[in-house]
Amino acid sequence: MSVADQAPRFASVADQRMWSERIPVQWWVLGLVLLLLPAVANNFWLFQVMGWTFILGMIGLSLMLLAGYGGMVSLLQMSIAGMAGYMVAILGPSGAANVSLGLSWWIVLPAAFLIAALFATICGALAVRTDGIYTIMITLAIAAAFFYFTRQNYSIFNGYSGFNLVLPPRLFGLNWRDPVPFYYLTLACAALSYGAVVYLARAPFGLALQGVRDNPRRMAALGFNVTAHRVAAYALASVFASTGGILLVWQNAQIAPGTIGISSAIDVLVVTVVGGIRRPLGPFIGALIYVLLQVFSTDILGFFGFSADRFKLIIGIGFLAIVLFSPDGVLGLWDRWRAGLAARKTSTRGGGA
Amino acid sequence: MLGRTEMNNFIARYPLWSLLFLLLAVAFLCLVLAPWPPELVASWGRKQIFLNALLGGITLGALYFLVAAGFTLIFGLMRVVNLAHGSLFLIGGYLGYEVATASGSWLLAFPVVFVAVALIGLLMQFFIFSKMEGEELRQTLVSIGLSIVFADLMLWWWGGQSYSILAPQFLQGPMELPLVSNVNDSTGVVTWLRYPSVRIWILVAAIVIGIAMWLVLNRTALGMLIRAGVDDREMLAASGVRIQLVFLAVFGFGAGLAGMAGIIGATFQSLSPGEDTRFLLASLVVVIVGGMGSIVGAALGALIIGVAEQMGFVYAPTYSIVLTFLIMAAVLAFRPQGLLGARR
Repeated sequence: MSVADQAPRFASVADQRMWSERIPVQWWVLGLVLLLLPAVANNFWLFQVMGWTFILGMIGLSLMLLAGYGGMVSLLQMSIAGMAGYMVAILGPSGAANVSLGLSWWIVLPAAFLIAALFATICGALAVRTDGIYTIMITLAIAAAFFYFTRQNYSIFNGYSGFNLVLPPRLFGLNWRDPVPFYYLTLACAALSYGAVVYLARAPFGLALQGVRDNPRRMAALGFNVTAHRVAAYALASVFASTGGILLVWQNAQIAPGTIGISSAIDVLVVTVVGGIRRPLGPFIGALIYVLLQVFSTDILGFFGFSADRFKLIIGIGFLAIVLFSPDGVLGLWDRWRAGLAARKTSTRGGGA
Repeated sequence: MLGRTEMNNFIARYPLWSLLFLLLAVAFLCLVLAPWPPELVASWGRKQIFLNALLGGITLGALYFLVAAGFTLIFGLMRVVNLAHGSLFLIGGYLGYEVATASGSWLLAFPVVFVAVALIGLLMQFFIFSKMEGEELRQTLVSIGLSIVFADLMLWWWGGQSYSILAPQFLQGPMELPLVSNVNDSTGVVTWLRYPSVRIWILVAAIVIGIAMWLVLNRTALGMLIRAGVDDREMLAASGVRIQLVFLAVFGFGAGLAGMAGIIGATFQSLSPGEDTRFLLASLVVVIVGGMGSIVGAALGALIIGVAEQMGFVYAPTYSIVLTFLIMAAVLAFRPQGLLGARR
């Protein structure tokens, strides 16, 4: 459990440098590149590729928080994201005027977060009744039940057709669905979520959660309420999932049961595991790989002589390869490559990624 | 399962609950056996609808049992949550369709599919799952990856259209059941319920398979090994049993059973991409409700879920899924290990 080992080390070293000096230079470069990307990239890259990457990454991040720090692999995160997205469509204005309430954004957004958090808490409380491998089964079953319910229910979720024309509010005179504002919006949300999870991992709650993951009985003996920590993790993770879900609805301008189907729920798991489920950066890396594969599937598959329909096959085989050969995902591969390089140089290894 | 003495204990300890259960059972039997008075018909609809929903639920439960039995057996013994189990169901259905159309024999499809799908299961266990024993999460993730790959390969080969297998001649048409459907008030003529005979025979087959499984598990040497493995895998391996062979046998049998259930599913309804997920979820819910690793629990869970699904479908179409889900949530809340699951 590399994270558990790293976190206290970071916290215990009495670092006298300024906070800005403590951030490795690679992060400054990455931040600068992401901030300046709109100057070089076209709208398709900004809106479709990067926007989607950040959104998928945030939903994956909520799974990473639960799985990496809490040891609970939940397939529920897409449903929670979908719940928040649905709430935006139901409470706010949309094309389905007979169902949507058309409230203004400053009621809709908090309500969406709150309802999604409530949903996550209830489902989390059910899921933590059992632990280990059961979690994955129970969350999958709940996610499926929610999917079928949204498809059958017309009075609240508008059934099969869902909601269209769900647009972000026009704040500060900007249309937030324009590629450049949307890119910065998703980037800001993703960066904030990432920072929050990194902070959380070293905060008392995060450390206690990692303790619960590693040895629930010992934590219980120390006086920690194991169940409460697990349920609270679900509630907390719902914030990131909801952010992703709301942005997803705005990006597509619509939400339907298909958005939260079983395959989407599994996609979130695939993205997170491929990127690396132990570290907050993993989901974003996985999301970028997934989105690039999806967007360029025609070219990539055409190169190997397949039709573009076989995208899922590539995803499935890639996922299998990662799970079979590198359980830590792409980040794990990267670590091993660097460790190998460092060993060859017989020099000491620099700080973790 | 409750033995005779345990049952007596239960009655002695909870007389009021026992009375309530008894009354409910009697009321249910009256609903099923007696002709319905007009008031009941006015509020609930015709008795035929109720009986059809009930029988539909029981036969659907039989199908769910066949899929879930393998799933729960594999989970109970090997701790492998095989999320590719639904894919095995769908592969079995497609292969059954091919065999049945090529040979013209519905019955021939069963042994062929059983062997073929069991072989797939054996390969999965031998080459993948046995290599990562004890790593439960990794095994589950691998099975998810396999299910994605299988689903796409099947979509590639068989396309998106739906297939259904025609029941053979001797199973077509309805049969009369000894259940009163309606009594004509003026003439007193009794109409008996007519129900598709193929469904009844499949129910009978599922019961026979279930009893056979129970007998093998509880009355044979192999069953003894399997039960010992469920209880304590390491100890069984340490006592000299070649446990990998037992694992292979159970995995192959469970997979083959799912494959045969695929043929039955294709005869009942139809096969199309997405059915694999549907039946995987059904077996998940069934084993969560019934109790993981228990064959009797799978039967009970399948019966409950099947009947709840059909009843909900008939009487509250918008909320049929919610009903199933509420049952699952209630079981998780009050008895997380499932109705007949062992407490760990």
